[in-house]
Amino acid sequence: MSTSIKRPGFFGRSYTALILFFLYAPIFILIIFSFNSTRSRTVWSGFTFDWYRSLFFDSSIMNAFYTTLIIAFISAIVATIAGTFASIGFYNMKSRWRTPLMHINNIPMMNADIATGVSLSLLFLSLGTVLRFNLGFGTLLLAHIIFNIPYVVLSIMPKLRQLDSNLVDAACDLGCTWIKAFWKVIVPEIMPGIINGLIIAFTLSIDDFVISYFTAGGNVMTLPMQIFAMTRRRISPEINALSTILFLTVLALLIVINVREVRQEDKQKKLKNRH
Amino acid sequence: MKRVMIVIIVFSLLLPTVLTGCGQRVGSNGVVNVHNWGEYIDESIFRIFERETGIRVNYSTFETNEALYALMRRGGANIDVIIPSDYMIARMIEEDMLEELDFSNIPNFELIDPRYKGLAYDPDNRFSVAYMTGTVGIIYNSSFITDDITSWNALFDERYAGQILMFDNPRDAFGITLKYLGYSLNTVNEDEIHEAFDLLVRQKPILQAYVMDQIFDKLEGGEAWIGPYYAGDFLAMLENNPDLRFARPTEGTNFFVDAMCIPKDAANKTNAEVFINFMTRTDIAMMNMAYIFYASANQEAAAMFAAEISAEEYAVMFASSEVIANSEVYSHLPRHILELYDRLWVELKR
Amino acid sequence: MKPKYLSIPYIVWMGIFVVAPIIFVVFYAFTTSEGVPTLQNFAAMGRFTSVFVRSFWLALISTVLCILIGYPVAYILSREGLRLQRLMIMLIVLPMWMNFLLRTYAWMSILENTGLLNRFLSFIGLPTVNIINTPTAVVIGMVYNFLPFMILPIYSVIVKIDRSLFEAAQDLGANTVSVFRNVVFPMSLPGVLSGIMMVFVPAVSTFVITQLLGGGMVMMLGDLIEMQFLGTAYNPQLGSAIALVMMLIVIAFMYVVNRFGQGEEKAVGA
Repeated sequence: MSTSIKRPGFFGRSYTALILFFLYAPIFILIIFSFNSTRSRTVWSGFTFDWYRSLFFDSSIMNAFYTTLIIAFISAIVATIAGTFASIGFYNMKSRWRTPLMHINNIPMMNADIATGVSLSLLFLSLGTVLRFNLGFGTLLLAHIIFNIPYVVLSIMPKLRQLDSNLVDAACDLGCTWIKAFWKVIVPEIMPGIINGLIIAFTLSIDDFVISYFTAGGNVMTLPMQIFAMTRRRISPEINALSTILFLTVLALLIVINVREVRQEDKQKKLKNRH
Repeated sequence: MKRVMIVIIVFSLLLPTVLTGCGQRVGSNGVVNVHNWGEYIDESIFRIFERETGIRVNYSTFETNEALYALMRRGGANIDVIIPSDYMIARMIEEDMLEELDFSNIPNFELIDPRYKGLAYDPDNRFSVAYMTGTVGIIYNSSFITDDITSWNALFDERYAGQILMFDNPRDAFGITLKYLGYSLNTVNEDEIHEAFDLLVRQKPILQAYVMDQIFDKLEGGEAWIGPYYAGDFLAMLENNPDLRFARPTEGTNFFVDAMCIPKDAANKTNAEVFINFMTRTDIAMMNMAYIFYASANQEAAAMFAAEISAEEYAVMFASSEVIANSEVYSHLPRHILELYDRLWVELKR
Repeated sequence: MKPKYLSIPYIVWMGIFVVAPIIFVVFYAFTTSEGVPTLQNFAAMGRFTSVFVRSFWLALISTVLCILIGYPVAYILSREGLRLQRLMIMLIVLPMWMNFLLRTYAWMSILENTGLLNRFLSFIGLPTVNIINTPTAVVIGMVYNFLPFMILPIYSVIVKIDRSLFEAAQDLGANTVSVFRNVVFPMSLPGVLSGIMMVFVPAVSTFVITQLLGGGMVMMLGDLIEMQFLGTAYNPQLGSAIALVMMLIVIAFMYVVNRFGQGEEKAVGA
């Protein structure tokens, strides 16, 4: 422990705390007012659980919630599979080909959401007139897969670069077919990247509003679209209740993961110290 | 991280079965995709409709006639029933965007008040069934504004600077401004429209915001003092804030009819007609009226409802013949005027 | 089967779903609604100069604020213990799990004339402020929404800076300030650059934040584009032209920022 870097002092820590307060203030307000007994967003008038109860009977909110979950799951899984194959393909290309292709791959990530949404809607509408389909669940799902794949590729490529190419060669020398090497050697090695990509894709898909808004047509609504429609009038406290549930779920998961990791580290440290 | 995924998967797989498990199966007779103004229906009627017909209702909302038009024109929207206003229906008919209705599927059409049949926007009444009617007026909070409001000039009054709301759609915003200036709200005289535009530009600095349905929240909560909106919505707001008042400016106002239509090439046309017929039924019209406080076009329901409300409420909801005489219905404007509106609107907002 | 062929389906996919949509935008931008080639959509653009200027200006202000606010956070975090770092990063990412529309809407409750901030101010006897429906409110909303996108890339670059560099510099007699100026800051520039990308692009094209916090009074490019596709003035050709010009200006901006960044790095390296 020779590092002599000074830890942040009182001033630095207060500053960080202030920024965290800035980030969390609106969230606390949402959570607090999800227990408010009237619909007011700024005046506290008493505690109630009613919104949490009525939430489950509000069919438009619950339908939007399921649509969001279904879209997020299917698109994340499809995008992860497609992105894995695409990454491995890219990785094995000469960089003369790979570089421009990666640039194209990055377009949906770099481009403004509204531009992606608008351009996809133009494509879908034109294809729709030729192939006779409407905007709806299908185009929404397709749009989510389209904007998810680049992130999966982005999270897998670094793992592939870390991959020891001798490993694959060795496997092939030992008589493995390429397919076998793929499953037994490559996939396990890049698994963290794949999982990471899956989680990123799922998260992005759950939270996306802009691209969905332009590609969903008039009869499917995701939760963010439903929320947007409500902001045009007034947010029903049920939405706050649902968001509070989701938020606390994620919070709980993160705490569990963090505690586990800390415990594991402690264990490893102890083992090291014993040696 | 694997654990995380498993937990999320379990969570999301369980929830739908738990929740849909208790509901009954609906939708065996297909679906109908309904696209309506926000807060313009009692959503509990969907359950009645689904139980009676086995047709599942897919419901979504729009904010302005112009946004609805954009969605329809863009195509691929997959919608079966829309409820635009008079002038927009005329435009949609002209641009061949509506399907002719099969009135043998809509026997309740005979319940519609004859005054709302065959109006100028649909002269032969082939494309639409009137849903609700109403007028535009000024809604204000009497605890902040003690004067009697009688004119549109209240919306341009600097004493209320920062507390005024304005329509966030070109037709209504220009419409009431033209009325204030003493012109027809259907004028095709570009000078008059430019004059209204200049007034709107001068109004902008004293406005709090351009709003549509956000006006409910802002007026009820006392966030803003005054704004123009639809008569029926005033009664809905009054339930949450008794200090609100409604005024119909003496310069005259807009009288509107919103009617149910079926977009061209709707996938579920028969279901759409069944739905329109259902909406026109007297008991359903009563439920909707009690929820949104607009005047139903169903004559029987209107008469029954009138008996249940106070004279003041009646005067707001149901425009008298004098009010109608002093009001104008929006008509479909020629293309170059619409383009002028669009251009000036963006210029106003830029 | 050779592994490189695995990407062929995705290359075809990109052709259809990434490249073709952009071609559609270009095509729409250069045609009338009847499909006749035209430049009128670009000629009409002059009317929107003020919207372009405002969008880029507000996005620029928000980006600069994000750097000014976010950089110290990233720097302070990088000097904390590992466990605290991990916890803090988690806390910074966590808000993103609550829908951004709702969080922005909550800002409305805070900033309104009769909102929580003004209630608090008048409670402690201070004059109230009028922020809602002004560009200030929009900037607050953007900084709030995009701040994590600035903190995270800067942080991830700073923590990777080899600690032995600090020690070497300190051994050579440099104090904390000069270590920061000569070592940390130049080396963290790539993080700042990717932060700028991640903040500026969504900021310049937002239409939700302006609609919620700007009250329809502050129009930005996103609103203008949305208005042409799904809003009050249906004109997808004009909307495509605006989107195209916006994309080109953003690309030019990024190019300049990148060049500037590379120049800085070189100058420092020399």
